[in-house]
Amino acid sequence: MDLLLTHFWELTITGLAIGAVYSLVALGYTLVYGVLRLINFAHSEVFMWGSFAAVWVLMAAGAGKASGLGLAGYLILGLVAAMAVSAIVALLLEFVAYRPLRKRNSPPLIALISAIGASFTLSELMGLRDKPLKWFNASGLQDYLGRPRENLPFPLQVETKRLFYVFNYHVSNIDVIVLVSAIVMMVILDQFIKRSRLGRGIRAVAQDPEAAALMGVNRDRVIRLTFLIGGLMAGAAAMMYLLKIGVTRYNAGFILGVKAFTAAVLGGIGNLRGALLGGFILGVAENYGSALFGSNWKDVVAFVLLVVILLFRPTGLLGESLGKARA
Amino acid sequence: MLLEVDELCVNYGRIEAIRNISFTVREGEVVTLIGANGAGKTTTMKTVSGLRPVRQGTVRFQGEDITSMPAHERPVLGIAQSPEGRGCFVGMTVIENLDMGAYARPDRKSPRINEDRDRVFGLFPRLAERRSQVAGTMSGGEQQMLAIGRALMANPKLLLLDEPSMGLAPKLIQQIFDIITEINEQGTTVLLVEQNAAQALKRAHRAYILETGEIVREGTGDELANDPAVKASYLGGDV
Ligand SMILES: Nc1ncnc2c1ncn2[C@@H]1O[C@H](COP(=O)(O)OP(=O)(O)OP(=O)(O)O)[C@@H](O)[C@H]1O
Ligand SMILES: [Mg+2]
Repeated sequence: MDLLLTHFWELTITGLAIGAVYSLVALGYTLVYGVLRLINFAHSEVFMWGSFAAVWVLMAAGAGKASGLGLAGYLILGLVAAMAVSAIVALLLEFVAYRPLRKRNSPPLIALISAIGASFTLSELMGLRDKPLKWFNASGLQDYLGRPRENLPFPLQVETKRLFYVFNYHVSNIDVIVLVSAIVMMVILDQFIKRSRLGRGIRAVAQDPEAAALMGVNRDRVIRLTFLIGGLMAGAAAMMYLLKIGVTRYNAGFILGVKAFTAAVLGGIGNLRGALLGGFILGVAENYGSALFGSNWKDVVAFVLLVVILLFRPTGLLGESLGKARA
Repeated sequence: MLLEVDELCVNYGRIEAIRNISFTVREGEVVTLIGANGAGKTTTMKTVSGLRPVRQGTVRFQGEDITSMPAHERPVLGIAQSPEGRGCFVGMTVIENLDMGAYARPDRKSPRINEDRDRVFGLFPRLAERRSQVAGTMSGGEQQMLAIGRALMANPKLLLLDEPSMGLAPKLIQQIFDIITEINEQGTTVLLVEQNAAQALKRAHRAYILETGEIVREGTGDELANDPAVKASYLGGDV
């Protein structure tokens, strides 16, 4: 209890920062669920691939200790690489694992199996990344690949600066970078979905696919767009994750994906703002929980919270009834 | 000829919902399909708008074969449908729903959209009052008006109305039929499905009678309205 009280603001702000990562990944789950009524289990791997892209690009750019303008350059480079690769992986995933099933009108359960299979495949491809090296005899890449089943460190070292106080917590530059960029992206996305024509198309398909077709909305295009947006956001989340955690690995998506999915359900799956809210609540609650019960209980706290909230609000915090979940 | 449906067959799995029906709609007409529950009226409408795949036969619009054209490409040609059971976007406001109606219009950015929206508000003042309300919280009748208004926002050449009077109060039903006549006089061709056969026949230039997936009678609205057999089956005996 003491720990919670004395470190309350630190726990809150670092919790919000990791919560932002959950939120951005949760967006991908919730958007795709909205238009396809499908839990895209492989979304966690979209995130993981983005994190590797950022690490490799920054390695290639020779990133190390950095500050000021150089730091900004590296951050943008890493962010762009992660977002691009995650978006490509997400689109490929849709094309290979889901579209063929959709064209054959296969039942939802089959798509779910395909999702789980795609998740294993994408994860193991990364976990076995040293194998092709042996075929091609390209040992020069060894440094880049690292040990495939171990952590791969993030090369960029951001010197921690304490910027300002929130009550008794001295907020660091990393917290600020993560929170500000996440919130900027969330606001842009929220406005895009709400105001733009394509955003309306996404909402229309989520609310009534037949009526959307009658309005001239191309459902396939909308589905591709949701995978694209989900991928971009997962890539951004991967960069922020690296800044906070400092390493990635082939199965880094697993726990994070489960948490982000939890956040999406917590907020009401299918609901965009719900996913954002769910992520932040989960990040903060986890931190409080680990202060109260010890950090070993951190993950348990998240799921107890989920169960308790769903007991009282089965559709999640901002959710409608599942049948007409709003995107 | 605006719409030509030729020897059309549509199935739901093994169930033959429509068997070999042929009918036409000429430019400027109001044509109505009359039939008992389950006769295949909604299926016919959905096939014209592209929501149901065709097993056999052809659908032509302005001479072009659109039988296998995906539904979302048809609004661009000028086909708009107000579906049975409304199909409003429940999470969107009235304005957003109306804007969805204009989604496929090439001139969607021009001021004409505002004029058309004002026209819809003129036809349905209730929608104007509720313009910022979320559709899901509106009454059934209000949602019906919204669905019709949304189809009008597409500024279609052919307007498909599937039971537009469903769930409306008698006074409003009269109003809906007046509106149908009015938009037809303004140049929109209408294909109308109605339970309210008396009104539909009165307003329609021509009508087809569907029985268990087949067309059994056709004629002008007046002819069918005065036909004893039609009277007995669909008009409850008196007009
Ligand atoms: N999704 C479906 N799956 C299986 N059969 C269907 C489906 N939709 C309609 N049918 C069947 O097709 C036939 C025609 O249905 P349709 O909805 O076209 O009738 P309708 O003339 O519009 O009737 P109503 O006046 O009740 O609206 C019916 O026998 C119906 O049971
Ligand atoms: Mg019907």
